[in-house]
Amino acid sequence: MAKIQGAVTIERERCKGCDLCVVACPCDVLALQPKEVNDRGYHFAYPRNEEACIGCAACAMVCPDACIEVYKVIEK
Amino acid sequence: MKDEIKLMKGNEAIAHAAIRYGADGYFGYPITPQSEVLETLEALMPWETTGMVVLQAESEVASINMVYGGAATGKAVMTSSSSPGVSLMQEGISYLAASELPALIVNVMRGGPGLGTIHPSQSDYFQATKGGGHGDYHLIVLAPSTVQEMADFVGLGFDLAFKYRTPSMILADGIVGQMMEKVVLPPQRERRTNEEIKRQCPWAVTGKEGGRKRNIVTSLELDSAVMEKNNERFQRTYAEIEKNEVRYEARFTEDADYLIVAFGSIARICLKAIEEARKEGIKIGIVRPITLWPFPYDAIRDAAKNVKGILCVELNAGQMIEDVRLAVSDSVPVKHFGRMGGIVPNPQEVLDALKKDFINPSDSKA
Amino acid sequence: MKREEIIKPENKVYSRPRLLDENVMHYCPGCSHGVVHKLVAEVIDELGLEADAIGIAPVGCSVFAYNYIDCDWVEAAHGRAPALATAVSRLHPEKVVFTYQGDGDLAAIGSAETIHACTRGENIVIIMINNGIYGMTGGQMSPCTLEGAKTATTPYGRRTDLNGFPLRVANVVSLLDGTCYVTRQAVHTPAAVRKAKAALKKAFLNAKAKKGTSFVEVVSTCSSGWKMTPDKSNKWMAEHMFAHYPLGDMKDTTVEPKGE
Repeated sequence: MAKIQGAVTIERERCKGCDLCVVACPCDVLALQPKEVNDRGYHFAYPRNEEACIGCAACAMVCPDACIEVYKVIEK
Repeated sequence: MKDEIKLMKGNEAIAHAAIRYGADGYFGYPITPQSEVLETLEALMPWETTGMVVLQAESEVASINMVYGGAATGKAVMTSSSSPGVSLMQEGISYLAASELPALIVNVMRGGPGLGTIHPSQSDYFQATKGGGHGDYHLIVLAPSTVQEMADFVGLGFDLAFKYRTPSMILADGIVGQMMEKVVLPPQRERRTNEEIKRQCPWAVTGKEGGRKRNIVTSLELDSAVMEKNNERFQRTYAEIEKNEVRYEARFTEDADYLIVAFGSIARICLKAIEEARKEGIKIGIVRPITLWPFPYDAIRDAAKNVKGILCVELNAGQMIEDVRLAVSDSVPVKHFGRMGGIVPNPQEVLDALKKDFINPSDSKA
Repeated sequence: MKREEIIKPENKVYSRPRLLDENVMHYCPGCSHGVVHKLVAEVIDELGLEADAIGIAPVGCSVFAYNYIDCDWVEAAHGRAPALATAVSRLHPEKVVFTYQGDGDLAAIGSAETIHACTRGENIVIIMINNGIYGMTGGQMSPCTLEGAKTATTPYGRRTDLNGFPLRVANVVSLLDGTCYVTRQAVHTPAAVRKAKAALKKAFLNAKAKKGTSFVEVVSTCSSGWKMTPDKSNKWMAEHMFAHYPLGDMKDTTVEPKGE
């Protein structure tokens, strides 16, 4: 069976740490930085568990700040 | 080319002149005494000939905001109304001024305040010339006294609006709106093409074609420093208009002992009074401001140099008189004569008022 | 497979829409406006309307929509966007005109302009973000505020005996003969986002095809105004707002009725 692998990039300075991507992710890939903040003072999102990403783009679709890019590879 | 002479109401002349100017759109709402503008346009169906859009809106508020939207696209758009309706439009007019949009607004004044009367008045002078809505702005205000001027000022109003990117207003009164006179209508002009509009108005919202940067028409600027700069730009425009566009008519002023200042239809009644007075040996001159803003301060000051008194005749409680006083400071006594609530005085009343104020002041005590 | 091998242009499946500016939007974290802005930008791009779309911005939080979506814009006075859109559309019938408004702007001060634009069947798209609150001015009651909801001007909750009932705008405009498509959407889940995008696309196509007025309400959150986290706001919206403002198409005259 083909294996789907995904990856996301998050523009940290655009992110406002709203957490909606974290909630939307079906694979528990994302989290908010617990301590670190961006220039605007937000605990930005990051892929804490990136191997689990399937590139479904659920996070990016609900992101109000358009700071997530999604990549997907289907390995045969 | 032979002149096309027609007999029609001032309001009808506005409608005909708008079509012939090549106006792109009219948005209005019925109110007495100006409804003939919209009625005439609907009857003439210019959308079938020139392609001009005519729409009866749901309110004056909607009309002026349709004008705002249309003007933002660089089109020549206009509305007309009468006093209570123009009060409703003030918010939109302020937005037009702040967004530096050309547009034409016609106010065929009726007596106020409130719902007032449907009869003629000039009691919106302050509203038209001192701003009307919120913020520091001016309209170019043209005051017609004949049906011919009703027709002519449509083109002039649009031309000035586009030249300076600011809304202009025809401030007429119910008399000139309703009365029928001979009028020579201007020749039919072609409406500008969209390409011509894009060249003339590169700021206009016409769709972001050809990879240009997007155009945004807005009156909002939250950065106070930028907003002050915007205001300074508006004021520079107004200073230019004051320098270039003052219009007035002065008659019999060379030898005058007394001066009448009056605008619009009442100026014609004053002319009749002046004729009658000259028969009695009383020499009165008249300055009729045609642009109420910019106001002909210099012309009035010049005409007042050798006079013993100035009578400001208005169909209101005394509004333009403030500008006349500004023009002459305290060098000449300035008095007001006016009727209100839709009453129009006859020439004899005007003459009696002048005599009472300046020639036989003791009579008034009798 | 390593992360570096996946993150390559040929593998990209989602990125910021081309017509959404790089400017960081001024909206609060989690605000639905951002998602709807993305959808509008995507729809304009996908339909090839970059040069034809003209937006009318409202007064309220989305007053600066023109700073983010890359097409020509006019910024209207409060509530007047449908009047402006009417004129722009009539004077430029070749363009596709849309308004982007909130429920305070559209349903209160702009209710007359909305109803009459819809009644005339102007060939425009009206997008209403319904978060049941005036966000920009600090969270006051709007016509769409739910009964019992606490706002700055209903600090003890909206009382229908004092403040009337929450207005179902989409239901109202669906009764007007000039509307061709009236729908109520949300953007709180990926599935909802997909549906909302399809609705917006249909609305823009209707305007292009001169089918009448399309009205797209998006039931939305205002986490700052509601004083909840964005995630809690979404859950509260699903539980309370959807009960009063159920999602789905309310009217669609553009499809042939099914049946034999």
